[in-house]
Amino acid sequence: MRELPAGAITGCVARLCIEANRRLPADAERALRGAAEAEPWPAARAILSDLCRNLDAAAETGLPICQDTGLATVFVELGQDVHISGGDFYSAVQEGVRRGYSAGCLRKSVVSDPLRRVNTGDNTPAAVEVRIVPGERVKITVSPKGAGSENMCRVKMLTPAEGEEGVMAFVLDTLRSAGGNPCPPVVAGVGIGGGFDTVARLARRALLRPVGSENPDAYYAGLERRLLEEINALGTGPQGLGGATTALGVMVEAAPTHIAMLPCAVCICCHADRHAAEVL
Amino acid sequence: MEEIRLSVPAAREEILALRAGQRVLLSGTVYTARDAAHRRMLEALGRGEPLPFELEGAAIYYCGPAPALPGGVIGAAGPTTSYRMDAYAPALIERGLALMIGKGPRRPEVLEAMRGRAAYLAAAGGAGALLAGCVLECEVIAWPELGPEAVRRLTVRDMPLIAACDAHGGDLYASGPAEYLRSAGR
Repeated sequence: MRELPAGAITGCVARLCIEANRRLPADAERALRGAAEAEPWPAARAILSDLCRNLDAAAETGLPICQDTGLATVFVELGQDVHISGGDFYSAVQEGVRRGYSAGCLRKSVVSDPLRRVNTGDNTPAAVEVRIVPGERVKITVSPKGAGSENMCRVKMLTPAEGEEGVMAFVLDTLRSAGGNPCPPVVAGVGIGGGFDTVARLARRALLRPVGSENPDAYYAGLERRLLEEINALGTGPQGLGGATTALGVMVEAAPTHIAMLPCAVCICCHADRHAAEVL
Repeated sequence: MEEIRLSVPAAREEILALRAGQRVLLSGTVYTARDAAHRRMLEALGRGEPLPFELEGAAIYYCGPAPALPGGVIGAAGPTTSYRMDAYAPALIERGLALMIGKGPRRPEVLEAMRGRAAYLAAAGGAGALLAGCVLECEVIAWPELGPEAVRRLTVRDMPLIAACDAHGGDLYASGPAEYLRSAGR
């Protein structure tokens, strides 16, 4: 059994909040810069070039990439041989978010109640997802996600008869109707299977994969390629103003489901697929 | 690509001269207002109370900036998605609002309200660090308790924008993708 002070978790979450908001993971940055070079439509290329210059500006100034520093989701893989000492685990995570958003001059975008809407002033509470894993390590990933793209996400309970075709049509329809709202070029996480709640988590977690990575199952890797091609054939383009680059990547995750069900979720992320991780 | 320099507040003729697709470098005074501030402005109008700024000829930037770094003017300051303000925009346009700056398409009723009166400029969504560099001054002028949603008066210089929807029904969110698809032979 390994002892891990709660304060170490707080410090780690605070660092990751700042890091995730200031610089993109290398794969996400590479995808955006690659798209800017490959885009054939001049107006679209100009927008993509502005987005690349924005990454440079964030690196130079220490400002976050985007003012919408999001609702933070903290993914924790907690080794079962770890004992957290000196404080409550969940409070330690929230304190980390509080400190990171304050010290990093990140925007506080959380309201305490969905209808009465008073800003909590410190961007808490963050969503916390814990998985118990073997071992005595703790892996923490902080992934902030902005509202522009989050508001375009969808879940649909398809029927088994609709099959692969139904899934393709739903994903494409979701991207088509999202248009310029989610700050394209987007990264799309697609969940297939599970139940109503698990399918949304699958789609959200897919965004933690490197942009451009393939599902290890060749069948789903093929589905990812076809979806990417069809999304980019929509012509939506950067910011919805037209062009060849509507999506930088599509990541599909599948899970077992019920004999009567075919849930599908599309978690749309903007061009900034932000996340940062550390192992304690 | 054609590039227009525009100063705000702008003369009505300059607003009417804008055409969807033009690139605009905007300088002058813009006011930030997003969801909560719009709601409050409409409530104030309903009660016959004055707004935090003069609407006639004004430019509203749909933006809730991040806090400034120590010694900085403003934090990351990119646009938020505009459709959430669609419910409020026609009433403000009727009362003189001339320019809206945001990202993403507008509903037909907003485009209709804009005819002969107002234009909508798109800023690059997600380019918060880049756009912050165009802000010379920033002052909260109303509702500080709203935090990032407070109304701020910004002085901007050469803010890079695209005329997305003009005062004559032109809508680049419809014509841009269509034109690209035609060029690509799809």
